[in-house]
This record gives sequence, C-alpha cells and structure tokens, in this order.
Amino acid sequence: MMRRIISILVENEPGALSRVIGLFSQRGYNIETLNVAPTEDPSLSRLTLTTEGDDKTMEQITKQLNKLVDVVKLVDLTEGAHIERDLLLIKVRASGSQRDEIKRTTDIFRGQIVDVGPNTYTIQLTGTGEKLDSFVAAMGEADILEVVRSGIAGISRGEKVLKL
Amino acid sequence: MELLSGGEMIARALEDEGVEFIFGYPGGAVLHIYDALFKTNKVPHVLVRHEQAATHAADGYARATGKPGVVLVTSGPGATNAITGIATAYMDSIPMVVLSGQVATHLIGEDAFQETDMVGISRPIVKHSFMVRHAEDIPEIIKKAFHIATTGRPGPVVIDIPKDCTRPDEKFEYHYPESVKLRSYAPAQRGHTGQIRKAAKMLLGAKRPIIYSGGGVILGEASDLLTQLARKLKYPVTNTLMGLGAYPATDPQFLGMLGMHGFYEANMAMHHSDVILAVGARFDDRVTNTVGKFCPGAKIIHIDIDPTSISKTVSSDIPIVGPVRSVLEDLLEIIDGLQEKTPELPDSGALGRWWQQIEEWRGKHGLWTGRRYGESDRIMPQQVIESLYRATNGDAYVTSDVGQHQMFAAQYYKFDQPRRWINSGGLGTMGFGLPAAMGVQLAFPDMNVACVTGEGSIQMNIQELSTCTQYKTPIKIINLRNNYLGMVKQWQDMHYEGRHAMSTYEDSLPDFVKLVESYGHVGIQVTRLDELDARMDEAFAMKDKLVFLDIFIDPMEHVYPMHIAPNGAMKDMWLSKNERT
Ligand SMILES: Cc1cc2nc3c(=O)[nH]c(=O)nc-3n(C[C@H](O)[C@H](O)[C@H](O)COP(=O)(O)OP(=O)(O)OC[C@H]3O[C@@H](n4cnc5c(N)ncnc54)[C@H](O)[C@@H]3O)c2cc1C
Ligand SMILES: Cc1ncc(C[n+]2csc(CCOP(=O)(O)OP(=O)(O)O)c2C)c(N)n1
Ligand SMILES: [Mg+2]
Repeated sequence: MMRRIISILVENEPGALSRVIGLFSQRGYNIETLNVAPTEDPSLSRLTLTTEGDDKTMEQITKQLNKLVDVVKLVDLTEGAHIERDLLLIKVRASGSQRDEIKRTTDIFRGQIVDVGPNTYTIQLTGTGEKLDSFVAAMGEADILEVVRSGIAGISRGEKVLKL
Repeated sequence: MELLSGGEMIARALEDEGVEFIFGYPGGAVLHIYDALFKTNKVPHVLVRHEQAATHAADGYARATGKPGVVLVTSGPGATNAITGIATAYMDSIPMVVLSGQVATHLIGEDAFQETDMVGISRPIVKHSFMVRHAEDIPEIIKKAFHIATTGRPGPVVIDIPKDCTRPDEKFEYHYPESVKLRSYAPAQRGHTGQIRKAAKMLLGAKRPIIYSGGGVILGEASDLLTQLARKLKYPVTNTLMGLGAYPATDPQFLGMLGMHGFYEANMAMHHSDVILAVGARFDDRVTNTVGKFCPGAKIIHIDIDPTSISKTVSSDIPIVGPVRSVLEDLLEIIDGLQEKTPELPDSGALGRWWQQIEEWRGKHGLWTGRRYGESDRIMPQQVIESLYRATNGDAYVTSDVGQHQMFAAQYYKFDQPRRWINSGGLGTMGFGLPAAMGVQLAFPDMNVACVTGEGSIQMNIQELSTCTQYKTPIKIINLRNNYLGMVKQWQDMHYEGRHAMSTYEDSLPDFVKLVESYGHVGIQVTRLDELDARMDEAFAMKDKLVFLDIFIDPMEHVYPMHIAPNGAMKDMWLSKNERT
C-alpha cells in the first residue's frame, strides 16, 4: 500500500466533479484529500487527490479515471519527483504563557500567525501533509479550537508538465 | 439555414442520425418533443407500456442490429422507470441513447413536479451523460451522444432535456454536425504492434491453447476474423454467455460455453491450458470461479478495447488494447509471416495430444455428446430448447429472461451466428426477454423471434403483450413453466437444505392462455412430451401471430454443470445432483 497523489485535468463542466468523486465511492476506492480549482485555461479545472492502494488497485483507479469522458489528462505525481503542498489554518486557544509557547512552535515550523484574538491565535502553515500532521501534533498541548486543511496540491519537478 | 425549435431539432437530429425506431412513453416534460415528432412524422415511435420496456426494446434492437437503440421518456417517474434498462445496457456494453425530459430550467432544484436528478441518478450506469443548457446546443449534443454510445466500448448515453429548451416558439438555426471531436475521448484505433507480435509468438508456441472469446467479438463485428484465426491454428474455442454465436456452435472446434454453468470440456480445457487468448471477454466472476485458482498453468493474452477490462480481476501477461477487428487482422497477418519462417509451429504433436484430451472430456461429460439430463415423466426443460432449435432450424433470434430457462437456452440452442442470442448477462435483469424480443422483431419482421422465459420473469414486463398487439410483433414466447423462481430454488436446494423461502407463488399464477388471448394473441398449453414438437411447429407456423407456449416442465430439474463455489477452480463442477468432479 502506498499513498499516491493523482492530479487530473477535467473539463470545466457541471457534473464533472461528481463523476470523479462518484467513481471512487462506486468502486470502493478511498479518497484521503481532494483539492479542486480552476486553471489558467477557463475550460479546465485541476483536481488533485490523494488515495491509497496496492499497485493493482492504483492501475484500476488511473484507468477508470482516464475512461471518464470528462477527464482530459491525469498524472500520478508520486511516480516521479514532485512538490506537494497542503495549507493548514488552525485556531488554538492562546492565553497567558501559552501565547509565547505557541508562537515559538509556529516559528520552528515556519508558520505564520494570521489572526490574533484576546484568547486565540489563528495560524497558517503550508507544507507536505506530514509536516502539517507534525505541527498539529505539536499543538497537542494547546487547546485546538478548529482545524481546516486545503487538501494536497501538487506539481512535478523539472520540465515535466501536466497540460493539454 | 432552417429555423427549428428545440423539440423540432431533436426530431430532425434523430432523423439525420438515421434512427429507425424511437422506443418511448410520453409525459409533461417531453410533450413539445412528442408534438414535433408527430408533426414531422419521420422517425417511427413505438409506444411501450412501461419505460423499462422501452429501454429493453431499444436494447434488443441494438443487440440484434448493431445500431444504437433510442429511448424517449418523460421526467421524474418516466426517467426512473428507465433506470433498470439503462443499467442492463451498461453492464453488457450496449449502444443506446436515452433522451429524458426534465422540468424547465428555472424550476430545477426546487423539487418541482416530476423533477428528479436524472443525470445524478444515472451517473454510475451510463457511459456518459449530458444536460442540455441551451436549446441551440441540441444538435451537437445529440451528435456527441451517438458518437460516444457507439464507438470504443459501446454503452448507454443519457441526454437530459429541460422542457423550456424544447419550446415551440423559440427557433434556432439548425445544423447537424457531420462529425464531432472530443479532446478527452479517443478510444484506441489499433493495437500495439509489438504486443501483437509477442502474442503471435506465444500463441504459436502453445501446447495446450484455448481461445476464450466474449461479447466484445460480437460488439466489434469480428466473428469472421475470430473464426478464421481459430480454424487456421486449429485451436479450441469457448465462448462466454455474451459471446455465444461469435464462433459457430456446430463447429467441432467449439467447446461450448464456459463458466459457472459452462460445459465440462470448456472449463476443463481452460483450467489445463498453457496459453489463453482472451478476446473481448472480461474475466467475469461467473466465468473465473475463484480468481486465485484460475487456470494456474496458463499465460494470458488479453485483447480488449477498454483498458479497465484488462488485469481487473485476472492479471494478463500480454495485454493488447484495441478494437478486436483491427487487432485480429494484425494478429492474423503476423502469424502468417511467422508461419512462413517456422512452418513447424504450432507443434502439431502437442496439439494432437491436447485435442485427444479434450475429446476424452467431451466423451465423458460433454453436454452435446449423448443425453446428459435425467429422465422424468414430465417434459425436461432441455428438451424444450432442443425442440425450439429443431423447429427454427437453429436460425431464430432467441431472447431470454433470467433464471434456469436462460441457462438451458444458452446451453442447448446452438448459435451459429452472432447477434442471435439476446440476453441480459451482466445485470441479469428479469423482465428483459419480452421487450427485447419486440425490439428484435421490429428490426427483423420476417425472422423467427423466440423469447425463452419463465413464469417468474415474464410477469415482470407482461404488460408489453399489449404493445405486441399494437405493433403486431409475432413473437413466440416459450414459457418454461416450473411454477418456481427456479434458479433461486436451485440455490436453495443446494445451499439452504431445500428451504424454498419465497421462491414459489402458491396458486396465484394467472391462466397464461386466457391472459394472452385477452390481448388478442394465441396461447397454447403443453404438458406432455409427446405433443411438444407438434405444438412447437404449430406455434412457428402461425407467422403473423404472437404465440405463448405455456410448457409445463419438470420443476425439480437443476442446471448443470455448475461451478463448485466458494473456493472452487474452473475445473470444479457439479455435473448432476449427486455427481461432481
Ligand atoms: C443467471 C446467470 C448465469 C450466468 N452464468 C454464466 C456462465 O456460466 N458463463 C458465462 O460466461 N457467463 C455467465 N453469465 C454472464 C456473466 O454475468 C457476464 O455477463 C459474462 O460472463 C460477461 O461476458 P464477457 O466476458 O463476454 O463480457 P461482456 O460483458 O460481453 O463485455 C465485453 C468486453 O469486450 C470489450 N469490447 C467491447 N467492444 C470491443 C471491441 N470492439 N474490441 C475489443 N473489445 C471490445 C469490452 O470492453 C468488454 O471488456 C451469467 C449471467 C446470469 C444472469
Ligand atoms: C429483476 C430481478 N429480480 C430478481 C432476480 C433474481 N433472480 C434470478 S433468477 C430468478 C428466478 C427466475 O424465475 P423464472 O423467471 O420463473 O425462471 P426459472 O429460473 O424458473 O427458469 C430470480 C428471482 C433477478 N435476476 N432479476
Ligand atoms: Mg420459473
């Protein structure tokens, strides 16, 4: 079992996203993270998802995705060198001596405090999924009020591009 | 350029697409379309009695002709009634275009009267679907739908059409595109030559080869090439339930159907083979039995147009993605070239021994060698199919429903041609047989069309007897009457100590003879073996009448062979109630 990051260009059509998501639930594949946004080409959206499976399952997943008429192109980023980023926004209870402690940990992880309340901090952090996991774990002492993550977005390193 | 309303554009586009029949049922959301069809009066419309039947009729038409079936239904209940038929076509890769009405655009999402999210509901059972947003897009969407439905691995395509897009008072310039291009849809046109070359070598080097062919050979119109290849190499051929007719059943190289209810010799030959050439077949669980025990000594060459069919359940050694026709053409050519250089291949000694072994299996338990079913004072179901085969000279279109009768028809009617055997394999939809037969009979008015059914299945779409009256379809319904949901009963006999939970109907069956007579058809009851042939002939002599033969068979009969499951291999079979491999 290996975690895979699949990046997909889909037609920017209503219903296209539900076809991709539906495929996963219909065939019993799991989606761990999912991220969708428009691209520079208004007719295309880029969807990045992470999933887990053995080689045979992964082969089926990519074949099944490619078979969808709305899927224009896809790449398994984990097959080559790539960059992956997840964005975390986390709101924690921060009062008294906690405030310094939290600030220090945030600095160590190169995060930013993006909102400050009398008793709360909201911290922003980007990085790999693992890095964000460690940060959330490091915040364990503090009182976590809310966590939101964008899901992983990724891109290949070097000359390789996912384009029409 | 002509100015047409959305409804008129639909009527015209179907005409321009060469559609011969629309199978459908009207309702509020499609009334503009119906009015346009009525006024142009170009494409004949067949009014069914239930939308499920419209999809099965279109499906039967498609299976028999190779052309896409076309369905028109209204929104809400019309659309949901069509779902079973769409799923049936999807599972067997049948080309179909389903036009469903939708509530007007401004009402969508408001739980409007007869609103249902058709695109959503049908999503997992269509090849693709469209929702019309602007009336002027209709011609292009229809062209795309037919293109997608009929190319690559065929399948059903749904077009959902909001009522306002078909308004008669808004007109648009009509132009039907000659062709369409979809950047994200490009089914393979040719197989990879390197792979085909490897396959040719592996095939020629085989000592215990077998060709396992399926529905893809029929869908891809490649029966002639498959037959040519098999005869050239003198290799044995087995067909899936969906592939029956792709290779002539009466040819000595044909080993019969394989799989759960496949022939002993076919399953044994598969299990003991060293090279399997799988062509347009998808290693379904009804074929493989336990995947981990599937054909342990075999290398697998797999030709399929859909990459997802390859290595989905059973891994293949030489995958070839491409249309059967072109791949088989290339394969034949490469084999010719190789045989010129190495005329000693394939190894005739090994092949001779392999055939000897196969003949031994055939002699021992072959379904067509001697009589393999029991004696009884009742009519045996197998005898009915043999009688049907005789009466129709093996040349009928045979549709079926789902159950024991379906398996008996598959085992005992020897199909020599593709597209003659019309049944629901993947979904196994009871209620398919009669409406499918209507579609076939409309396509081929002068041919014998038989619907082999059971008293359970026929009641699932029996209302279509009325459609048959209206369109004068002289179908011969062969009801294998065992007064049980026989296939269910068989499983209960074998796995539930004979507890027949909900598999019989007590005394509540209709008098089928009277029932069909009330629709204006002919009904004949048959209870004695000595009258079976005469009644069968009598039925087929009534060329312009629908005849319902209600044939009382031995209700205790089981279908054999039957794979031993779970945990069995291809070679593990029950051969009768008390005999197993
Ligand atoms: C009660 C019951 C019992 C059954 N018992 C059996 C049994 O004993 N034996 C049996 O075989 N089945 C049996 N079935 C049917 C079974 O469920 C499957 O439907 C069947 O085995 C599938 O047949 P197939 O492999 O030929 O595939 P199909 O469903 O016909 O699929 C066709 C394949 O060909 C490919 N294809 C399509 N067009 C082309 C082309 N142009 N070029 C190349 N490839 C193409 C498709 O991608 C697909 O992979 C039974 C069904 C029922 C209801
Ligand atoms: C719509 C539907 N419901 C249930 C089933 C499950 N099923 C498979 S065969 C069968 C019994 C069919 O009975 P009948 O039509 O009388 O045929 P027989 O097996 O008796 O020949 C049933 C209920 C099915 N295949 N399709
Ligand atoms: Mg029955």
